[in-house]
Amino acid sequence: MKILVCISKTPDTTAKIAFTEGNTKFDENGVQWIINPYDEWYSLVKAIVLKEKDPGVIIHLITVGGSDTEPIIRKALALGGDEAIRVNNTNTDSMVVAQEIAAIAKEGAYDLILTGKETIDYNSASIGSMLCALLDTTFIPNAIALDINGTTALVKREIDGGEESCETSLPIILSCQKGMAEQRIPNMRGIMAARTKPLKVVEASIHNATTAIKKFDMPPPKSGVKLVDAGNMDELVRLLKEEAKVI
Amino acid sequence: MVLIYIDQDDQEIKKASFEAISYGAALAKQLGTSAEALLLGTVKDNVSDLGKYGASKVHQLNNIALNNFDASVHANVVAAAAKLLGATVLIFAHNINGRAIAPAVAVKLSAGIVTGACALPNTDTGFVVTKTVFSGKAFASIQIDTPVKVISINQNSFGVVVGDGTATIQHIDTPVPASKIKITATDKIKGEVPLTEANLVVSGGRGLKGPEHWGILLDLAKSLGASTACSRPVSDADWRPHHEHVGQTGIQIAPNLYIAIGISGAIQHLAGVNRSKTIVVINKDPEAPFFKAADYGVVGDAFEIVPALTAAILKSKAGA
Ligand SMILES: Cc1cc2nc3c(=O)[nH]c(=O)nc-3n(C[C@H](O)[C@H](O)[C@H](O)COP(=O)(O)OP(=O)(O)OC[C@H]3O[C@@H](n4cnc5c(N)ncnc54)[C@H](O)[C@@H]3O)c2cc1C
Ligand SMILES: Nc1ncnc2c1ncn2[C@@H]1O[C@H](COP(=O)(O)O)[C@@H](O)[C@H]1O
Repeated sequence: MKILVCISKTPDTTAKIAFTEGNTKFDENGVQWIINPYDEWYSLVKAIVLKEKDPGVIIHLITVGGSDTEPIIRKALALGGDEAIRVNNTNTDSMVVAQEIAAIAKEGAYDLILTGKETIDYNSASIGSMLCALLDTTFIPNAIALDINGTTALVKREIDGGEESCETSLPIILSCQKGMAEQRIPNMRGIMAARTKPLKVVEASIHNATTAIKKFDMPPPKSGVKLVDAGNMDELVRLLKEEAKVI
Repeated sequence: MVLIYIDQDDQEIKKASFEAISYGAALAKQLGTSAEALLLGTVKDNVSDLGKYGASKVHQLNNIALNNFDASVHANVVAAAAKLLGATVLIFAHNINGRAIAPAVAVKLSAGIVTGACALPNTDTGFVVTKTVFSGKAFASIQIDTPVKVISINQNSFGVVVGDGTATIQHIDTPVPASKIKITATDKIKGEVPLTEANLVVSGGRGLKGPEHWGILLDLAKSLGASTACSRPVSDADWRPHHEHVGQTGIQIAPNLYIAIGISGAIQHLAGVNRSKTIVVINKDPEAPFFKAADYGVVGDAFEIVPALTAAILKSKAGA
């Protein structure tokens, strides 16, 4: 079985969000970059777990980005995976990223393609669905559990207010979230091994974006919390009813 | 024409779709065109009622095979219908199903897409859509450059607008590919409003000390008719089920009222709830970071405050 894990680079969850160049660019100053948590904790670790069960499994990692994504993909390789591909395209338009991944996926004939539920910076939640259309392959979003039995996949996904279990046949694309796997920390052996794992760079082939970011804005600051005395819950109820008008 | 995708579950139209129609109708008015809805499968609801939210027509493909959601099948059918009907803008709710198909539909229509929109597009020059980014910590204005455009809208960001129209129903007939997915079980929390659709949410954190103390929170939720949520450590410790976990790595919600009890307000928690209209924080530590993001705060012991708040709500309801 061949698995392709899509890895993206995002600012650390505690990074200060600020913008430069007249609010048109994300301010990368002092930002720590991490593997998008959904990609690392859920997709990648799930692929590693499948390989631990069946050593015949081959795991490829893919990232679409500039050379600055290499430390991230090396870190992913330190957790596990056999080799990595970086498509050298700095365009972040989802349609461009998905087309680049689809081109690699077509060539590699993967049985399973894993993405995260969404990136924590642009929150597009789009790549898995786009790959579904580009590759004409079954897509199950928000997957929380996966079992492989030969060419059959048993998948559990989140639905509004519950869970749904289903059965389908490979190949499939999943977007992964909490439940798929447990977070792991790379060990020394993995970090050493990652240094010599192949990291192939492929030149960009897609250039026409369909969208362009015009500007960023910060939300208006909250006007400040109104404190209500702990002994006066009638007042809180009154405020919620008459001022906030939410109950 | 603006075409709005209607999401259904168990043959019931989801609330998120009413908001999507309201948004689509406002956009259609802005563009001087019509707002029409697209419904796949059969539902128990009265379909012409979708006119109340501003749809002049509902195009329905009442093939029961479509009652089970399959992203690949649904995206194929929606794209084919959009082409057939000549839609120029497609609107989806940014809920689980909407976000699973909107990007695929965009690919099939060679359309630019913005997911998680939170306001009507600015169409003065071009077509610019504002969406939340960095998990609600900022906004981005994104221009779509293609003739056909796809937008998915964040829940509770526009609101449901109710008028008195009725929609005419038109049946359409687009080929439905066979689904490769066999649904084997559905596990739903009975009688509860799904968290993502809830208007009122009561949420608990590690400050409640253990699962045995959740009774006071459940009583409060019941008095309000609210859904319940929790912070990540609470679901990690199995005090509460996983589907209640809100935040960056959990569910993102935007109810009208979010009451946070014994939750410190870590940045990753806020990322899931900061789009709530009104936030009430109950915490014994006046320095808890959550107070900075709150509209109303009560400093003190949750074990005393929460039952008192429940009593005050019941009293106010009885008086009303
Ligand atoms: C990458 C990453 C992703 C994460 N994703 C999420 C996420 O999605 N969701 C999430 O919630 N967290 C997430 N976290 C964890 C987050 O950083 C916090 O650790 C977590 O939110 C804290 O949960 P808490 O507020 O319940 O607990 P604590 O931080 O322990 O806070 C408990 C609070 O209860 C108060 N308290 C104690 N006793 C009482 C009392 N008797 N009455 C009233 N108040 C009381 C305390 O003053 C304190 O403020 C993530 C962390 C990382 C690193
Ligand atoms: N530049 C990228 N390179 C590789 N995979 C990506 C990239 N961007 C997003 N992905 C994958 O797609 C998922 C969803 O991202 P998005 O649709 O951008 O929110 C992520 O969790 C990744 O698995």
